[in-house]
Amino acid sequence: MDGFLAEVVAKYNYWLYVVLMMIGFYAMIGKRNLVKKLLGMNIFQTAIILLFVSSGVKRGGGIPILDKYEVLARGVDVATVVNPLPHVLMLTAIVVSVSVTGVALAILQRIYREYGTLEEDEILEKLGQ
Amino acid sequence: MTFANLHMYVLAVPLLTALAVNLLGRRSRTWIAPLTLGALSFSTVAAALVLVRVLREGTLHYTVGNWSPPYGIELVIDPLGALMLLLVAAAALLATSGALPSVALELPGREHLFFTLYLILIVGLMGLVITGDAFNLYVLLEITSITTYGLVAMGKGRAPLASFNYIIMGSIGACFYLLGVGYLYILTGTLNMADIAAILPTLPGTVAAATAFAFLLVGLWIKMAFFPLHGWLPNAYSLAPTGAGLLIAPLMTKVTIYLMIRVLYSIIHPNWALLAESGVQSALVWAAALGIVCASAMALGQRDLKRMLTYLIVAEVGYMVGGVFLANETGLTGALLHIVNDALMTLCLFLAAAAIVYRTGSLEFDSLRGLYRRMPVTLAAFTLAAFSMIGVPPTAGFFSKWYLLLGGIEAGQWGYVGALLFSSLVNAVLFFRIIEIAFFRNSAADDRPLPVTEAPAMLVGPLVLSALALVVLGLGAGGLVDSVILPAIAAFL
Repeated sequence: MDGFLAEVVAKYNYWLYVVLMMIGFYAMIGKRNLVKKLLGMNIFQTAIILLFVSSGVKRGGGIPILDKYEVLARGVDVATVVNPLPHVLMLTAIVVSVSVTGVALAILQRIYREYGTLEEDEILEKLGQ
Repeated sequence: MTFANLHMYVLAVPLLTALAVNLLGRRSRTWIAPLTLGALSFSTVAAALVLVRVLREGTLHYTVGNWSPPYGIELVIDPLGALMLLLVAAAALLATSGALPSVALELPGREHLFFTLYLILIVGLMGLVITGDAFNLYVLLEITSITTYGLVAMGKGRAPLASFNYIIMGSIGACFYLLGVGYLYILTGTLNMADIAAILPTLPGTVAAATAFAFLLVGLWIKMAFFPLHGWLPNAYSLAPTGAGLLIAPLMTKVTIYLMIRVLYSIIHPNWALLAESGVQSALVWAAALGIVCASAMALGQRDLKRMLTYLIVAEVGYMVGGVFLANETGLTGALLHIVNDALMTLCLFLAAAAIVYRTGSLEFDSLRGLYRRMPVTLAAFTLAAFSMIGVPPTAGFFSKWYLLLGGIEAGQWGYVGALLFSSLVNAVLFFRIIEIAFFRNSAADDRPLPVTEAPAMLVGPLVLSALALVVLGLGAGGLVDSVILPAIAAFL
């Protein structure tokens, strides 16, 4: 038990993302309201984005903004700066996530105009008639 | 234009045309047909030249923006990638030609929006088959998915609901894939597929690698509608506008299966033993077999041609995934050949469905009665594609199914072999039922000769071409296997 707890505390950030991810996953699968499903999707994506970003962090690492000429002359000590690549990747992932959300919201608007509700049960009821 | 960067023009021309279609098509719809067909014809010819060049000179590596790999994004065009590029370009050209009259009928006034999305989707598919970067693959996967969500939602009635369902499922798939890439990045510190494959075997921590592979594969399975993760596909594909179905039904699942092969063999392969030891591989072949049987059975229950075809797509996904996980040369040959064949068969069937729906407005089985007398060319092409789906020689479908069967026997996977035979029988029942309705049951008891009313040439032309391609590809299957697929597999193994 102690070993397990020590593991959780040592890697608490990853455990938080797992919890966050599961909250999002539950909302996507379990909720019957379409907007809540979409919010769940956003939480899910955010958890993955956080996972990537935190993988770049180093203890004692600074901001990776460097003087070009100094780096060319003397090189860079990688231990002093955080890894910027995951952050850059996640900018792209955020753009993807925003686009999906935008498309989904537009589609939800069409669904609302057509059925007058965003509750899945009520829509299915109307379809059944 | 320099010849050296020809493969970049294959992508760039349709992408820029997408913007032009939106701007010019807004003013006058007469711009749309020449622009889209021109751009895609160029891409098809250029992709054919790229294939010839790759076959002659070997794999092309292209570094985008002069950032050298493994830091920058690398495009890798091996013979297989070039073949897929040509397949995507050619199928997209035929689908677009068929979509033009169909969209003009179904979505009047919104054609420029439709074809903007259409071209971006095509570019995304082309990018997917040649990228050598795991994260770039995710971005392109989402580009194709987002455009597909939009295209599906343009359909009538329940289409937005089906599209929203697809968004939720598709996003779960994409997120799983991204999570897998994240694990691999944390493990290896690189995103270049070749680099990941080189670094992974040197590292301890097989559990983390196995988790990464599991996420990658499950993500791709959701995207390709591998049974039992297929729930979103039948609704999304059958409710989409007819023109959209022409492109997404033949290409989306097939390209995703190609990606799975890429991920399996260019990233996972050195660690393949991991999959085999734990019995996962054999379990997956059984899952594929189960998928084939269930999807075929569900196809039997449909009373609408297009819905029936969507269930057959799910069954065909089982064919190919099973063939890949047989993990022998014959099975993999069958799977790769079937990707090409199935794309063309599905294209031909959906073009025939589009032609029928263009003239009659319905695809219910009852409305197909006596259709042969009104649309002989369409139904002849449909019959040819149906024979290919069943696997009658010399059509293309026979040869890939033959390889898959041999691979299954070689691997001793009798459940998979049985599922293939069962599915062929079901296909025979399904298609002969339609052929019987269309050819031999006359409508409303009148024997007066009806006038022949084929769909416009823009729709029938590509239909005939794709049907002929099935025969040509069937006769040329040996050449294709010898010149492209076997060398590619030799490079994998």
